[in-house]
Amino acid sequence: MQRFLNNPDDIVDETVAGFVRAHRDLVRLSPDNARVVVSQSAPQQGRVGIVTGGGSGHEPAFIGYTGRNLVDAVAVGELFSSPTAKSFHDAICAVDGGAGVAVLYGNYAGDNMNVKMARKMAKKDGIDVDTVVANDDVCSAPLAEREKRRGVAGEIFMWKIGGAKAASGASLPEVIGAAQKAIDNCRSIGVGLGPCTLPQVGHPNFEIEPGKMELGIGHHGEPGMRVEDLRTANEVADEMVKIVLDDHDLPDGTEVAVLVSGLGATPVNELYVLYDRIEQQIEARGLKVYRPFVGNYFTSLEMVGATLTVMALDDELKALLDHDAASPGLTT
Amino acid sequence: MTQIDSAFLIRFFRLASEQLEADRSYLCKLDGAIGDGDHGTSMALGFAAVVERLRRPLMPEPPTPDAILTEAAKAFLSEVGATVGPLYASAFLSGAKCLAAGPLETRQIGTLIRAFADGIRTRGKAETGDKTMLDVWYPAALAAENACGDGAALADILTAITEAATAGRDSTGPMIASRGRAARLNERSIGHIDPGAASAALILSVLPEVIL
Repeated sequence: MQRFLNNPDDIVDETVAGFVRAHRDLVRLSPDNARVVVSQSAPQQGRVGIVTGGGSGHEPAFIGYTGRNLVDAVAVGELFSSPTAKSFHDAICAVDGGAGVAVLYGNYAGDNMNVKMARKMAKKDGIDVDTVVANDDVCSAPLAEREKRRGVAGEIFMWKIGGAKAASGASLPEVIGAAQKAIDNCRSIGVGLGPCTLPQVGHPNFEIEPGKMELGIGHHGEPGMRVEDLRTANEVADEMVKIVLDDHDLPDGTEVAVLVSGLGATPVNELYVLYDRIEQQIEARGLKVYRPFVGNYFTSLEMVGATLTVMALDDELKALLDHDAASPGLTT
Repeated sequence: MTQIDSAFLIRFFRLASEQLEADRSYLCKLDGAIGDGDHGTSMALGFAAVVERLRRPLMPEPPTPDAILTEAAKAFLSEVGATVGPLYASAFLSGAKCLAAGPLETRQIGTLIRAFADGIRTRGKAETGDKTMLDVWYPAALAAENACGDGAALADILTAITEAATAGRDSTGPMIASRGRAARLNERSIGHIDPGAASAALILSVLPEVIL
């Protein structure tokens, strides 16, 4: 594949620089740390700050969800690699308005360790920090071991809900509670059709043979549940809905938010092809789609494939999902 | 050198940094096989950041050994993310505790190596046999402690460390990764030396030059 590259080692800095230029109405770079992107609306006195962070290469995640009533600051890591503890710490400090900071991030070894150390550093500064760890990727571990599951596109719903709750003036435990409820109510699955390549490495970090698909693939190419022959879009959509909903015992009539995201190199029209079938299948299972999102929301460089996330809603989550928010990646 | 003191640690970080920089592409290549190919860069960058910090007048004068290790931990937390940032930061903080009461005799180098290993294990929750850097750090600590306990000469203690580190590194080849990024490959990780174990062996390989 041909790429737009200068020096591969500079790709993250250049991404952040271009992003901050392009979205300066909503975001700015931290003056203290070139790997921390901060919302133009943060910090706000008396309001809980929302922080996330993760490796680069998932754009618009993570930086793209920085904005108004959404994420207040993002710690930026190298491609597919956790940000430093200092970057998480600087992000926390940048958005502290005296009401505490909620760090809402995904379940990966590096992020877990760096957030833990950043939290310890923030405690010394007298900043109250609590965390929610996203674990919505159904195929990454059995339901009984949900704490081992990785966080994927469900994180977007977690940020949206957490950000809206903070905007309502809620306390840190209330924001944490809402974000935790959001991610608890999320289930996701990824299907990979083609691998991605880290520019510095130069070769794909895994392979998918022509004519095959990997069901349950992770956001960095983590092995899926099984490799199968690639079938029609409708059959793939059916399988995705089945895996996600079989993991989630939802009562008839439950309203859900649905997010279908491309993994980077799948054309957007194919996402709509999938979505057409996905909504029909979800409704056929007795659920009601309250609000759909279709597009490239959480990618993996140029991986070919798509993810499906379903979040079960209640009245509180519906209101928080619809609450006014603006960011480069999501506006409601 | 007869003591593990500040001069020892400054020299250790400088030599380890040079070694990691020299072997940067070797480590990246190992990591490219089962990880994301940045391990050599992360390690070289982290140790270079430590050396840089020790050069600057940030330290209490004269720097105590534990202050040097605390500063090294800060360098890793500031400059290195991923998993190696917090893992080595924890190793050095644990080492700082070990040297808080003052320098150790050089013969007791195994005590410091074990402190590093304990810090890494506590942070990363891995054990030996998981195909990680611990498969080098713990065998090296044990070899050093045993040789010291047997009354071996200092040079022989250092040889025991280097041999155990090399054997530990090579032992990760046939292992199945269950921690870190390589864990996602499961049995596909077999046959590849763990890059974290390889960099740990490189770090330990400079000890004879530091001490003798």
